[in-house]
Amino acid sequence: MARRSTLFALAGAAALTAAAAACAPAKDGSSSSSSSAGATSSAACTKDQLHLYTAGRLTVGTDKPAYEPWFKSNDPSNGQGFESAVAYAVATKLGFAKTEVKWATVPFDSSYAPGAKKFDFDINQVSITPDRAKVVTFSDGYYDVAQGVVTMKGSKYASISSVSQLQGAKIAVQVGTTSLTAVQNQIKPSTQAKVFNDQVDAVNALKNKQVDAIVVDLPTAFYVTAAQVPNSVIAGQLPNTGASTEQFGMLFQKGNSLVTCVNQALGQLKSSGELAKIQQQWLTSSAGAPVLK
Amino acid sequence: MTTSTGPAWVKSERQLERERLRRRAGLRSAGVASASTIAFLVLAGVLIVTSPGWDRVQRTFLSWPDFTASFPDVLRGFGENIVMFLIAEPLILVIGLLVAMVRSVKAPVFFPLRALAVLYTDLFRGVPTLLLIFLVGFGVPALDLQGTPSDPMVLGVSALVLSYGAYVAEVFRAGIDSVHPSQRAAARSLGLSHLQTMRFVVLPQAIRRVIPPLLNDFISLQKDTALVATLGVVETLRQAQIYSAEHFNYTPYVGAAVLFIALTVPLARFTDYLARRSEQRREAGSTT
Amino acid sequence: MSLLTIDGVWKAYHQHPVLRGIDLEVEAHQVVCLIGASGSGKSTLLRCVNLLETVDDGAIHLDGAEITAVDADQDAIRQQIGIVFQSYNLFPHMSVLDNITLAPTRVHKVPRKQAAEQARELLGRFGLAEKADEYPDRLSGGQQQRVAIIRALAGRPKVMLLDEITSALDPELVTEVMGIVRELKDGGMTMVMATHEMGFAREIADTVCFLDGGVLLERGTPEQIFSEPVEERTRDFLRRVLESRRM
Repeated sequence: MARRSTLFALAGAAALTAAAAACAPAKDGSSSSSSSAGATSSAACTKDQLHLYTAGRLTVGTDKPAYEPWFKSNDPSNGQGFESAVAYAVATKLGFAKTEVKWATVPFDSSYAPGAKKFDFDINQVSITPDRAKVVTFSDGYYDVAQGVVTMKGSKYASISSVSQLQGAKIAVQVGTTSLTAVQNQIKPSTQAKVFNDQVDAVNALKNKQVDAIVVDLPTAFYVTAAQVPNSVIAGQLPNTGASTEQFGMLFQKGNSLVTCVNQALGQLKSSGELAKIQQQWLTSSAGAPVLK
Repeated sequence: MTTSTGPAWVKSERQLERERLRRRAGLRSAGVASASTIAFLVLAGVLIVTSPGWDRVQRTFLSWPDFTASFPDVLRGFGENIVMFLIAEPLILVIGLLVAMVRSVKAPVFFPLRALAVLYTDLFRGVPTLLLIFLVGFGVPALDLQGTPSDPMVLGVSALVLSYGAYVAEVFRAGIDSVHPSQRAAARSLGLSHLQTMRFVVLPQAIRRVIPPLLNDFISLQKDTALVATLGVVETLRQAQIYSAEHFNYTPYVGAAVLFIALTVPLARFTDYLARRSEQRREAGSTT
Repeated sequence: MSLLTIDGVWKAYHQHPVLRGIDLEVEAHQVVCLIGASGSGKSTLLRCVNLLETVDDGAIHLDGAEITAVDADQDAIRQQIGIVFQSYNLFPHMSVLDNITLAPTRVHKVPRKQAAEQARELLGRFGLAEKADEYPDRLSGGQQQRVAIIRALAGRPKVMLLDEITSALDPELVTEVMGIVRELKDGGMTMVMATHEMGFAREIADTVCFLDGGVLLERGTPEQIFSEPVEERTRDFLRRVLESRRM
């Protein structure tokens, strides 16, 4: 009896060792001396020299549903919508044909999970912050973010002129967004804001009159008032606090050398004015929303 | 009735030797079991800590600075979970008992009520709780009916009560059915009405028997309060998610998990204690 | 007029007849013993009298009123009939005293104190005074059965039905239960008793009825049935019982 139980214990331990050895995790490159200090010459950014998830293909990640005006018809591959257009523009600069770009569904919460990423980069209205940059690598910003406040026409919050007037409001916002941070740090409402998993739930809360206002990035605010919620208005945009403007960036696995080439492509798009044109085409001008004091 | 007393029992040498051998064998197998268990645990621990990804896992899931930074908010959110299940549980017990009693009435005149009760339990056990929370939480306000609640916590708790009420109704029904029909026969024979029989004879016995499965459902409810986050309520899971998304770190989730465990483990031990006690009582005496 | 009249009662379970046209009259203060093999219908008959089962045909009258009528108030009728079962069926979650006072307080609306006094008095009379606050699982089988009898008596029934009340008891406990039944008879209680205790039946019964396959085959005084049974099957049954030495 004693011998049998010892044998069993040893067998169990051996099995565990074998299993552990079989599933050695992939390196995420943070500890290795990867090519983060790689060459920045354009020669190193030709398509065949890129560090890719799948060779010969550019795998781009985004969440599902893919909201307007960043994408259209919930289909990133149609090239319509601001982020879709930017992604394809960058891909073209890197030498990929449209058919060589593959989209992957990456829920926001998984995009920053440790371990190997299943995409080359993720484009999903992710704001660049120093804390986040410790865990992932961001590209240069491709859009300056402003936060807009949306209310119903006729609500007492529709004609506000300063941020402090929002303190008594019931606000809905999406989790994981810098809209949430803006609500917490700038507005500081007296009632806890309602935080939803999906943007559409926050918008519905406004429609159902469960909340007085929602805070979303400005382009989304325009889309909401124009197409999603009838009789809604943009009460204003939150003023820019902090030294630098908040920006959206593309999300890469930490230390992925591909970011250098993507930044190069972005730089080319900015200097040629192509990025501005894309922005003009898909995002309504922010001039129509007054800046709140 | 007294039993007769014979000579006092003194252990024979044979018995003493037997006990000695048993003791030695017992110590030996206990020793081997402990040693191998400890060795196994140590080995598992070593394997985990020396695995290539351990550093990364530790930073992402077990980062102490992130834990302490997020814990106050996570704890505050947990207060919402506590409020929700403290309100939901008594309502669930009441609804469950009512539905179970309706189902146990045999008289044909009550058929429509009984059918309704069956429909209720079938429907609300069939729909996943998360789905129900969605439907109630987003559907009811959309109806825009006068007097319907629009607060997401109220809606969420209502959905939980509807869902768990159905499960608890079945638990109570099983309890009621487990009371031997002879108890009901004896009570009715004394002239007690159906309701009196239920109240004084059947339910006290039935409820006592189903306390372990009821506590089980209660523990399950405590965790399902996290599902109400889908309606925008900022309870503990959502608080963890907020911090996590901002700092790209999963440690707050571990914090929330710790809180749930701290809540459910004492309750689970208490359930075990009650189950053990009812076992003893059942073996002690025999009645019908 | 008889206290209890059973008139042409038929009962079937799943098309299988268990009682076939039973006719029986029980006068007040009489003790009727039902004997017969298991499955002969003794228990079923008692349960029909107590309205725990519905009769498929025939009628039962208690004190002139038909209790098997469709619009009869079953709870009220059961209050007038006391029944004691083979398996005592005490309520395990209540003390002995509470078992006995439950029906008087809740059904007969007797005030609690009075009901408790009467219960203690009955317990004292039958030697169980010190068990009043005990729970049933602490009592022996014989004590539990005696409590069950007292519980049925507490409602002051007009007739007591005893369904093989000693069959589940160890032999040495049977005596104490029989003692109570003897006392009840001396006190004038009308009783219908299904039993295997032939010796006791012989001693205590005014009428003995032999049931065989749902039919009341033979009835008579104890002397008639036990010493000179008329029917063949009655003789067979008694011979078998004698061989198993339960006389």
